[in-house]
Amino acid sequence: MALLEVDNLSLEFRTRGGTVQALEDVSLAIDRGETVGLVGESGSGKSVLSYAMLGLSDAAARITQGRARFDGVDLLNADERTLADLRGREVSMIFQNPRAALNPIRKIGHQIEDVLERHTTTLRKNREAAAIACLAQMQIPDPQRRYHAYPFELSGGLCQRVMIALALACSPKLLIADEPTTGLDVTTQAAIMTLIMEKARSLRMATLLITHDLGLARAYCNRIVVMHAGHVVESAPTELLFTQAHHPYTRQLIGATPIGRTRLDDLIAVPGGLPDLRRADLPSCRFSQRCDRMQAHCDQPLPRRIDGDHLVRCHYPIDPALA
Amino acid sequence: MTAPEPTASQSGTSALLDVDNLVKRFPVKTAQGPGELLAVNRVSFQIYPGETVGLVGESGCGKSTLVRLLTRTLAITDGRILFDGEDLGQVDPAKMPRHPKRAKLQMVFQDAQDSLNPRFTAYDAIAEPLRLLGLKTAEPSIRAQVADIAQLTGLPVELLQRFPHQLSGGQKARVGIARAAILRPLLLVLDEPTAALDVSVQVVILQLLADLRRSLGMSLLFVSHDLNVVRLLCDRILVMYLGQIVESGPAREVFANPRHPYTRALIASSPSSGRNPAQYLLPGEPQSPIRMRGADVAERCGFHGRCPQGQALCTEQAPALLPLPGQADRSVACHFAQTLLNF
Repeated sequence: MALLEVDNLSLEFRTRGGTVQALEDVSLAIDRGETVGLVGESGSGKSVLSYAMLGLSDAAARITQGRARFDGVDLLNADERTLADLRGREVSMIFQNPRAALNPIRKIGHQIEDVLERHTTTLRKNREAAAIACLAQMQIPDPQRRYHAYPFELSGGLCQRVMIALALACSPKLLIADEPTTGLDVTTQAAIMTLIMEKARSLRMATLLITHDLGLARAYCNRIVVMHAGHVVESAPTELLFTQAHHPYTRQLIGATPIGRTRLDDLIAVPGGLPDLRRADLPSCRFSQRCDRMQAHCDQPLPRRIDGDHLVRCHYPIDPALA
Repeated sequence: MTAPEPTASQSGTSALLDVDNLVKRFPVKTAQGPGELLAVNRVSFQIYPGETVGLVGESGCGKSTLVRLLTRTLAITDGRILFDGEDLGQVDPAKMPRHPKRAKLQMVFQDAQDSLNPRFTAYDAIAEPLRLLGLKTAEPSIRAQVADIAQLTGLPVELLQRFPHQLSGGQKARVGIARAAILRPLLLVLDEPTAALDVSVQVVILQLLADLRRSLGMSLLFVSHDLNVVRLLCDRILVMYLGQIVESGPAREVFANPRHPYTRALIASSPSSGRNPAQYLLPGEPQSPIRMRGADVAERCGFHGRCPQGQALCTEQAPALLPLPGQADRSVACHFAQTLLNF
C-alpha cells in the first residue's frame, strides 16, 4: 500500500459566481522515500489538491467524490483532532510565501518550539536547545542569535529555511512543498532544494513537490504528475515524461519551457486559455478546446491508459503504441 | 569556423546609451550613526543601436535601482548617463516627463497588473503616452496609432475597450508593451516583464518582443533573474552583484564559459543547467551594501566571504572590471578570472 493514496477525488467550490469544478476524478499515489512532482500552470488545481488532502480547504469547498488515505488513515473523514495530530508530525507542508506563513509577531525560535511542544515529548527545558539544533540543521548561520529573530529580520531565503525547519522538526513521513522556491533567487533555490533532498534521503521521507517550474521538477523528482484545469492528464517517471510524453498538453508545456540550448523560435506557445471551471457544460476533456488533435470521440469520458508506470488520460495520445 | 561578426563597438558605431561610473547612495540611519547604502557602485556599460542587453543579478544586487536611474525616475549621486547624445543624468526626475528624450527611452514594468491604471481602458493606457508626449494628438490620429501598435502587439481591437481586471495576464503584458512602444522609443527597458506569467504565456510575450525589436528597430535592456529567458533573447549580458558589474560579454560566451565565480554559481544553480549545483553552492550571506558615512571605503572585493576562490588579495584590493586578454568585448571583475579552471 502506498504511503499516500488519493482515489478519484472531485472537489468543487460554491461561490457567488457559480460552482467551480476545481478538481475532477483526481488520483495520485506516493510511496515512502519517493519524490513526486505535481506540475501544472496556475489554475490547474495542484494547491487545491494538497489542501484538500490535509483538511485545509476553504470553507466553501465540497468534496463530491473520492478518497484520500495516508498511512491507512482516511483523511477525508477524519475528525479535526486526528488531522491536527497528523499535521506537523506525520505530514508537513511548506508554503509558497514563507513570510506570510510564519507568525510575524513571534520569534522564530519560539515558533519551532511550538511544533516540538505539540508533537514531541521533548521536555520544556530542552526545547530551546532542540530548536537551535533544528536551525543549525537547516544551515542557518548563527543559529543561537537567529533563535531570537523575528521573520521580518530575515531574508526570503532564510525565512524559507525556517519554514522547512518547522516542517521537518518532527521528521514527518511526507513533506508537501507547495512552490517552495518561487520568488527566491536561483542560488538560494539550489541551496534549499539540496537541503530538502538531503533530509528526504536521510529520513526516507516522501516528498510531494508542487511547482509550475518543469525544470525544477525534472531536476529533483523521481516521478511527475501533470495537471490541467483540475484533471490529472499524465504521470510517469521523470525522464520518461520528458522524452516520451503522451499527452498533447504535456508536450506543449515541455515545448514552452526554455532550457539548455533552445532558441526562441523553437519554443512552442500553448494556444488558448483555461476553460472557465464554472461552466455547467464543461467538456469531459478540459484540454480539448485548445488541442490541435481534437477528434469527434474526445467528448467521451476520459479513459485511463496505463503502460507500466506511464499513465495518460487522453483519447488520442501521442504514441502509436497506445492510440 | 568563420570569424565572428564585429561587435557594434568594434565597427565604430556610437553607443545609444553610455553609462559612465554611475553611483547611487541612499542615506540610512544605522545603530552606529549616519550611514549610506551604496546601491549602485561605479557602474559603466554601453548599449548600441539594435542590441538586446540582458542585466542579471539576484535580489539586492542593485539592478532595480540601476533601472530607476536609467529611466530617470531617481536622481543619480554621481557619474553620467549619456543617451542619444545627451547627458540625461543631469536631468531632474521631476522634469523628466516633459523632456524631449522621454519618448525615446521607455519602460515596461514587471507586474502589468500593478502598473496599469485600473480606471483606464487598454485603449486609454496605450493612448496616454501620445496624449502627453506625442506630436500628433488629434483623436483620429491617436486612434490610428493605437490601432497600429495594438496590431503589432497582437491585441485584438475588441480588447481595447476592456479594463485591466477584464484582461488575462498575457493580455495585460501586451498592453504594457504597446504603451511603451507606441512612441517608437530607441531604447526599451524591461524589468522582469514575464516573471508573473505562466510559461506558456511567457513564450508568446518573448516572441512578441523579438518581433517588435526587429520591426521597430529598438534596443532592449532586459532585466531578469531568469537566466534561461535572458539566454533566449539577449545578445550581450551584464551580471550584477552588490551594486557592481562583475562580468559582461556576449550571452552565448558568458553562458558557455563564465569567468567570475558568482556567474558560475548563478548558471550552475539553474535546474536546467545540467550542472550539479552542489559544486557551486555559495555559503553565507552577501556583504552588506551599507557603510558608515564618511568612513574609509573598504577596498575589497564585494564577493569575498562567499567566494570559493577567496584569497588575501581579495580583502586588500577590489578587482576592476577588465577585458579578458584578446577579447575586447568580454570583461570580468575578478583577480583570478584568467586562472579559473574551465567550467
